[in-house]
Order: sequence, then C-alpha cells, then structure tokens
Amino acid sequence: MTMTTMATITGKAMNMLDDFLIRALVAGVAVALAAGPLGCFVVWRRMAYFGDATAHAAILGVALALYFSVSVFAGILLTALAMALVVTGLAARGHAMDTALGVLAHSALALGLVGVSFVKGVRVDLSAFLFGDILAIGQPDLWFIWAGALVVLGLIVWRWSALLTSTIGEDLAFASGINPHRERLVLTIALALVVAVAIKLVGSLLISAMLIVPAAAARQLSRSPETMAIWAVLLGVFAVFGGLESSLQFDTPAGPGIVVMATVLFVLSLVVGAWRHRNTN
Amino acid sequence: MSLLTAQNVSVQYRDRVALQNIDMTIDQGEIVTVIGPNGSGKSTLLRVLIGAVEPSRGRVIRKPGLKIGYVPQRLSVDATMPLTVARFMSLPRHHDPDEVRRMLERVGIPGLENRQMSDLSGGQFQRALLARALLGNPDILVLDEPTQALDQRGIGAFYKLLEQVRAEMGCAVLLVSHDLHVVMASSDRVICLNGHVCCQGAPAVVSEAPEYRALFGDGTEGTMALYQHIHDHDHDHNGHNHRKGNEHAG
Repeated sequence: MTMTTMATITGKAMNMLDDFLIRALVAGVAVALAAGPLGCFVVWRRMAYFGDATAHAAILGVALALYFSVSVFAGILLTALAMALVVTGLAARGHAMDTALGVLAHSALALGLVGVSFVKGVRVDLSAFLFGDILAIGQPDLWFIWAGALVVLGLIVWRWSALLTSTIGEDLAFASGINPHRERLVLTIALALVVAVAIKLVGSLLISAMLIVPAAAARQLSRSPETMAIWAVLLGVFAVFGGLESSLQFDTPAGPGIVVMATVLFVLSLVVGAWRHRNTN
Repeated sequence: MSLLTAQNVSVQYRDRVALQNIDMTIDQGEIVTVIGPNGSGKSTLLRVLIGAVEPSRGRVIRKPGLKIGYVPQRLSVDATMPLTVARFMSLPRHHDPDEVRRMLERVGIPGLENRQMSDLSGGQFQRALLARALLGNPDILVLDEPTQALDQRGIGAFYKLLEQVRAEMGCAVLLVSHDLHVVMASSDRVICLNGHVCCQGAPAVVSEAPEYRALFGDGTEGTMALYQHIHDHDHDHNGHNHRKGNEHAG
C-alpha cells in the first residue's frame, strides 16, 4: 500500500467522522433550542416527572411503530403525545400524581421493551432509543429534528406571556382573559415534540435531563424568566458541544456525555450563584 | 349595563354544592363586599365571576371588554422562577416603565422595581399585587381576602390605601373578606354568603339583619364597633403604642 492510498483512506475516515459529528452537533443545537425554554417551564411548574413519563412512553411508541410498520418518528411523537395528554388530564382532575405517574411511566417503558421483542422479522437496536445514538442521526432526521424544535420554540415564544402568567397563578390568568388549561396543553404538545426530537441524540432515559439540568443551571445566573430561558439554551448548546467533544476524545457514549457536561455546568452555576449571593449581601 | 352579573348561579363540585342560586350584580364604581364564614363559597363565587370556574347552572354575564384587576389571596412564586417586581407588573400585558414606577410609588413601595418578588415582605408583596391589578386602569378590582398574610396594623394600612386609590381611580371593587370590621363601613353593599346569599344590602341594613346575626353573632361587639376601633387607630397614630419591631406594610 502506498502512502497516497493510506492518506486517502484516513482522509475518508476523517470525513465520515466529521459528517456524523457535524450532524450530531446540528441536531444538538436544535434540541438545546427547544429544550431550554420548555425546560424552564418544566422546572417552574414542577413537571419533572411529566417529562420522564412522556419520554419513557417513546419506547412504547417505537414498538408500536415497528408493529404497524409506520415511521418510528411518528410512532414516538403520537405515543408521547398520548402519554402527555393522559398525564395532564389526570393532573387537571387533581389526582395524586406521584403514584399514577410512576405506574404510567414505567409500564409504558416495560411494555415497549417487551413489545419490540414480539415484532417478528425486525431486529432493532433498542439501545439507540434508550441511550441515544448519534450515528443513527441521518440527513433526513436533521430536517425532522429542526422542524420539531422550531415548532416548539415558536409555540413557546408565541404563548410566552400567557404561559408565564398561567404558571404564576391560574386565577391571575383567568382574570386577565387567559385560559390556563389551554396554555397547559401548549406545554403538553411541546413536551411530546421535544421527546421525539431529542430521542436519537440523548435517548429516552435522559431526555428529561436535557430539559431540567440546563434550566436549573440557568436559574443561578438569571434575574428574569426571559434571561433564564436564554441561559438555558446557551448552556444546553455548550453541553452538546462539550459532551460530543468529550465522547469523541474518550470514546464514551455521546448522549450521556452531553448530560454529564450539563451537570458539570450546573455545579459550576451553583458556585457562581453562591459567589454572587455572597457579594450582594 | 352592569359590570358583572350572576344569574341564578350554582356551582356543584363532585361531592358537594359550593354555591346555590346566586343572583348578584356589580355596577360601575360600586364597592361590594362579600362576607361569610369559612367554606361558605366566597372564593368560589369570585372564581366564577372571573371565569375560573364554570357554573353548573345559571350564568355569569361580564360586560364586553371588561377589564378585571385581580388581587389573589396569596401567590406563591416558585423559588425556581426569577421574577423582578418590574417584570411582574408587566404580566401579561406590557406597561410603560414610567407608569410602573408611578404606580409603585402610589401604593407605597417606591423604587422596588429591581427587587425579586420572592424577597418582598408580606406587606410589600400585597402592595405589589395591588399595583399590578391597578395598572391598565381596570373597570373592577377583585380582591380575594387580600390581607390574610398581614398583621393588624398592615390590614388597616392596606384598606386605607385601597380606599384612597379606588377613590382616585373610580373603579368598582369586589372584595371577599372576613375582616368584618374593616369592610362594612366603606362598602356600598354587603353580600352575606353561606352557600347561598343570606342577605344583602347597605352595611347598616345587613348588620341588623337576623340572617347576618345568626352567622356572625350580635353582641355589643358588633361589626360597626370593631370598624370604629380600627378607624380610630388609623387616624390617631401617635395616641397608640405600637409594638416595636412590628413589620410595617411597605
């Protein structure tokens, strides 16, 4: 083998690497863009477990999609949406949510895992959906991911003031002519979309981390809801870059790497927050 | 046309009837106080009127384009949400910073724009709620036991402020309260509620009504006497010995 062929082979390998890495980065920015502002509402409204239930339902969605031979993306989106609607419906009726959510979330996950093994003739790598797999993010996926993320972002920006008022107080919203139930539906739909958008990047098990961790870190740096949402996006993007970079460096899984990076940012934000607090008092 | 009208309104929750056959109206500029014992449906009545609860029977008619300024009983802004006073004032509609500044001055908490809502004292918080409700010139101010978190002195100061701003702005007031003594004299009309409307009318009329006395007692320590006491208290500051270190509203 001559030196030139060697160079061509390595060059090709590098190109491939670049391609999937760039696709992962492009997808990650979209996820951060949607998950940042939505994550703020998840934190403010204490909906963390909602996020989990919705994300876990996605695995059931994968199984159903394979069984009915429809697009996996559609299966995930519809199942997540159904789960989000059931969960918000239960919450609106004032059910004790803790147990109900636990039952729903885990049974959907288990049902999905069992269900997939029943689908004959298809061998599907479930771990891609559980833990994320950036190699599985193809060109067409990017379109779905960006379209979904922009819809979520658009919804939240459009309803921002009404969402914020409803979050602070339902009666406050009603008195201003805002229907907080409708605003909650907006968040429900956005949540299902984010699950569908983020699943290939971070995986079903860690999607709610992408919602909560950047938003929680942003809290320490913000004095208004708007700045918190913007910080959540920035920190999310940073976590995506750092996480992907480190997974490449250390050959570790990408999705969990992103969440680990977000957690590091969260810890740093606590330090910054404590430092600021001491300086203002 | 009246600002708010309830026609034969009933509200039924799964296991109990909260309100039964309520008829009431509130006209422009009127001060109406709803009183009643705990669990008498006072808050439910307010929530029906602002549209937060659908009546099971009957209907609520709001004047088209009615602007409601709502002051809730309390509001717990979650600690995870950073929210300055100025930002809170512009929810859901934006108000000019100058307007906000003047309103904060008017309600006695000048210069607090950049404070976090969670850092306000109980009295400051209630005043901030009042300021937000007044911004944008509401047709009617709706207050749900607005002084529950305040001490006696804070209560007196809050109602005095309420009477002043409402005299300036001329909006109607619908107030739910169990601070009987403060409420009665300043109201045009008092509605005594206990699931249904027991009696309603001018304060003097209601306080003499047998239904009212059945609910609230009729000793010589009647409501008007109590009101007088608070009234004196407000106008005769120096004559009283205030507890030192008492939290002042504002």
